[in-house]
Amino acid sequence: MEPILKIDHLKKIYHNRQGETLAVEDFSYEMEEGEFVSIVGPSGCGKSTILSILCGLEVKSDGKINIRDNVKLGYMLQQDGLFPWRTILDNCLLGLELQHQLTEENKEYVLHLLETYGLKDFINSYPSSLSGGMRQRVALIRTLATKPDILLLDEPFSALDYQTRLAVSDDVFRIIKGEKKSAIMVTHDLSEAISMSDKVIVLSKRPATIKNIYPIIMTNQSTPIENRKCKEFASYYDKIWKDLDFHV
Amino acid sequence: MFSLEHQNYLKKIRREKWFVLICQVAIIVIFLIVWQLLADFKLINTFIFSSPKDVLDTIINLHNTNNFYQHIWITVYETIVSFTMGTLLGCVIATILWWNKILYRICDPYLTILNSLPKVALGPIIIIWSGAGMKSIILMALFISVIITIINVYQGFMEVDATKIKLMQSLGATKRQIYLKLMVPSSIGNFISALKINVSMSLIGVIMGEFLVSKEGIGYLIMYGSQVFNLDLVITGIFILCIVATIMYYLVCYVEKKLIKYD
Ligand SMILES: Nc1ncnc2c1ncn2[C@@H]1O[C@H](COP(=O)(O)OP(=O)(O)O)[C@@H](O)[C@H]1O
Ligand SMILES: [Mg+2]
Repeated sequence: MEPILKIDHLKKIYHNRQGETLAVEDFSYEMEEGEFVSIVGPSGCGKSTILSILCGLEVKSDGKINIRDNVKLGYMLQQDGLFPWRTILDNCLLGLELQHQLTEENKEYVLHLLETYGLKDFINSYPSSLSGGMRQRVALIRTLATKPDILLLDEPFSALDYQTRLAVSDDVFRIIKGEKKSAIMVTHDLSEAISMSDKVIVLSKRPATIKNIYPIIMTNQSTPIENRKCKEFASYYDKIWKDLDFHV
Repeated sequence: MFSLEHQNYLKKIRREKWFVLICQVAIIVIFLIVWQLLADFKLINTFIFSSPKDVLDTIINLHNTNNFYQHIWITVYETIVSFTMGTLLGCVIATILWWNKILYRICDPYLTILNSLPKVALGPIIIIWSGAGMKSIILMALFISVIITIINVYQGFMEVDATKIKLMQSLGATKRQIYLKLMVPSSIGNFISALKINVSMSLIGVIMGEFLVSKEGIGYLIMYGSQVFNLDLVITGIFILCIVATIMYYLVCYVEKKLIKYD
């Protein structure tokens, strides 16, 4: 099967008055359908840049990106970015509204998502009345509403406290697998990357180049929280930690 | 039913609210009484300082002459016209400047200069150009309110969360959609404060204009009163101005409540 997404020698240089910043160099990856990939790397190395280029918010400087025909991308950021003047339902319908696809059928789909993922009672509430974890779930449903095939998640849980973070990453994982989506997730949390992903890409310091790619295979593959208890977990953690070559 | 502590807490809040209100009323009542007493016992010269009774008499007198309400209405009318035009024009210009960043950079220094310029200074020129009449007054008030509106509304656009703009772009929004669905609703707060400032700016402009043009309106009453040394009339004018300004301000507050439903 043809890969759903093919990135070939991607390169990005930022220009501003102070000078130029080489953020990404020679980044290549082929993504299979249904794959959950994490990208880890030192902060400021160019992880967000890669996602921004993929979803068209930044222009690449060089390289090729091939997306299989009719494959749509959905982007989810660290901040939920919910509009305080819109109800939860209206927030989730934003993407459909902007793309002029606000049909009854699509609306049903969004309602179904909200219901399935425990937000049914809040559809007419405003975001200010929701907890951080719930808001993040709403943000994910807003991204899913336009039915993207690949989700790009940029540190989606960083704004949450540790316990909420574990619970929400479990939820999000379930939602993504349940809706049979592919996903690329940027994170700086190694445990999160290992417990959620099929593959972990380790990047070098800026400019981001691929240092290593680890396929994650657990003996009792299940939910992210359970995966953390697998015996392979610690050894993956060790290897990636060494790759990151972190010095205080 | 609430706990005893909570009931006490509610009681305390209610008591404080009443206390504040009573103090507010007391201040004005005591002020008027003291003023009147000082006048009655000839401790102040009523020819210069007037007195509450004289002001009341003046109001009744003015009420009996039929052009009293004409004067009030003229001022209110001029304020409403310049306020509305200033707000609309200001919003339109702020939008154009947001749409076209280069244009904003070009205009930026001129806006700053116009904003810091005391607009009263332009009064005489405006009167020479467009005549000693209502047109000049409205122009002057408009000029004062439009600059401040542009600056406030543009500021509101600048304060919009960058990640929300990014989000809109990632969902494929056009610039028009970003404007209508994000910029406008999220800068409602700044828009409202611009409205509040505008009410007083327009009123300042109108009164200033009426001082200069000196034909009709509350500003004219005050000016005329001071020229013929009728301080009763001056203070009555100021008193009525207070009432007009307050009513207009609360109208904007009412609009604010209607516009902001969330939270
Ligand atoms: N718009 C921009 N203009 C200039 N430099 C930028 C811009 N965005 C990011 N950078 C720089 O590019 C590098 C990579 O940024 P980013 O992709 O956000 O890193 P990460 O997400 O891995 O922390 C950083 O050094 C950052 O300062
Ligand atoms: Mg980042």
